[in-house]
Amino acid sequence: MTVVHPTAGRSLWRSLVDSDMLHAFLRSRLTVVAALLTLTYLLAALLAPLIAPTNPYDTASLSLLDSSLPPAWSAQGDPKYLLGTDDQGRDILSTILYGLRISIGVGVVSVALAAMVGIALGVVAGYVGGRVDAVIMRLAEVQLAFPAILIALFLDGTVRSIWPLLKQEDIAFTVIVAALALDNWAKYARTVRGSTLVEKNRDYVQAARVIGLRPIAIMWRHVLPNVLGPVLVIATINFALAILAEATLSFLGVGFPPTKPSLGTLIRIGNNFLFSGEWWITLFPGITLALLVLAVNILGDWLRDALNPRLR
Amino acid sequence: MIAFLLRRIGQGLLVMVAVGMMAFALFRFVGDPVNQLVGPDASEEDRERIRVEIGLKDPVALQFSRYIWRAAHLDFGFSYQFKQPVTKLIAERLPATMELAFVAVSIALVLGVLLGVYTGLHRDSFLSNVFLTVSLIGISLPTFLIGILLIFLFAVQLKVMPSFGRGQVVDLGFWTTGFLTASGRSALVLPAITLGLFQMTLTMRLVRSEMLEIMRLDFIKFARARGLKNRAIHFGHAFKNTLIPVITVTGLQFGTTIAFAIITETVFQWPGMGNLFLRAVQTVDIPIMACYLMMIGFLFVLINFIVDILYFVVDPRLRHVTKVAL
Repeated sequence: MTVVHPTAGRSLWRSLVDSDMLHAFLRSRLTVVAALLTLTYLLAALLAPLIAPTNPYDTASLSLLDSSLPPAWSAQGDPKYLLGTDDQGRDILSTILYGLRISIGVGVVSVALAAMVGIALGVVAGYVGGRVDAVIMRLAEVQLAFPAILIALFLDGTVRSIWPLLKQEDIAFTVIVAALALDNWAKYARTVRGSTLVEKNRDYVQAARVIGLRPIAIMWRHVLPNVLGPVLVIATINFALAILAEATLSFLGVGFPPTKPSLGTLIRIGNNFLFSGEWWITLFPGITLALLVLAVNILGDWLRDALNPRLR
Repeated sequence: MIAFLLRRIGQGLLVMVAVGMMAFALFRFVGDPVNQLVGPDASEEDRERIRVEIGLKDPVALQFSRYIWRAAHLDFGFSYQFKQPVTKLIAERLPATMELAFVAVSIALVLGVLLGVYTGLHRDSFLSNVFLTVSLIGISLPTFLIGILLIFLFAVQLKVMPSFGRGQVVDLGFWTTGFLTASGRSALVLPAITLGLFQMTLTMRLVRSEMLEIMRLDFIKFARARGLKNRAIHFGHAFKNTLIPVITVTGLQFGTTIAFAIITETVFQWPGMGNLFLRAVQTVDIPIMACYLMMIGFLFVLINFIVDILYFVVDPRLRHVTKVAL
């Protein structure tokens, strides 16, 4: 015997088409542009090996004769390299595309990890209550005071001290994702706990309890689906924040190394050449990063308004 | 009120013990204290002898209390790479960071509050929309990119600002200051803007939304009915009530300010603590990292304590009801 939810029976597609959300979405031109931009970014990252003119990891194909060329439209530019080349002769456009893969990959994995941990702890804290709740929430409070960048810096130093032989290239992904997940789970946990406290006293949960379902089953099958709405908003905003944090760490030199550059690494490399007038190495990755973050933030803002019935 | 503050001090001490444990674990188990004292080619017997001499074979609890005792006396051991006491290294760089942070946070709070009050009072004016749009871009741009763009514009293209360092500083014996020379002051401008921008936008948006809420309340209408001047209503009544959230958020933002200071100092090659810490991470200089951790923990507790006291200063209601409420 299952408890019937009010929306059961209607197909997902129908409810999407009828919803106010889709309506509001199409009405706001800015949001549509942001969504298209985000989609383009995701596709570019996914298809980078197919659409990039060159493979930046293939050091054999690089020629120092091609190093630090300006973009194709300027006087000394080479039409082969649309956005110019960096100090090692790598095509900027290709490195940006491959860098996007890293940046977006870090964003997706860290958000997924933080969301899973945070949601699970949040539901448990809200549903079980008592001492479990107090411990989890106190931990979350402490966590919220420490920004991801500080955690990542400490983690990076610790890991490299314990395993001095590991190369930066190998640990960068794990360290950054772990630091971001460690930093962000608290945001999910706090929100999910709040909505769990509300759902807990609803009739359907009471009914499920009366028919003798185990707490785990109630949390998983009945509470969880009903507390996921706000999570989507947090995940979107955190995705943007994760990409920013990764870029910052790489810029500081504790993220991805120049041999496997993310957007932040490219900006760091370019920063060294800014004074000699080679602005394109830093500016193009910078614009790419800023636009991506802006687009995702606009999407997040729209989601928050669309899912918040009070603002309608 | 006294009981409340005492309890807060107790909680602060607890946090410090926890942070101290982490710093000790980092110092003792992640790093090898022997490395501070001998070169890389010391023999294993020498290392063993030194281990006994400096007490690394003692019970962990004893070692821990010894570490805390030394830390309380500002002794954090020797840096691996500089072969100098960590405390000395930090003390040399503390003024640079403090001056930068002080100027940045001051600018951020003053401008953020002024712009926030303005945009809150004149909700639909053209200027308000300009401020809000600019602030959205300010939040979306990463700190390091803002720094780079400022350098590119004002140092490389226009050549009106220095691009790195502190300029000329005056040594006061215990403190080096850049406030007293023209080059020191101009060197502060770009880093302070970079560091303060995020805090400013945050403060502005917060004050704005609080002002919007408060201006709708009845006591504002009563104040108007009493014939008070706009100025008195806006600042004496409305703005005063936005202070509690502003103080709370500014206190909470402390961690972010530290992180952003590291970034800003890197972009502008500012000779401060953030720069030192970053180099320590890159070269796995564990004693500096452990000391930095303790320092962040201490400042964190201190600022939270100050925030708690400020609540009582700002809100007279708290002073009278504490016995009941807390």
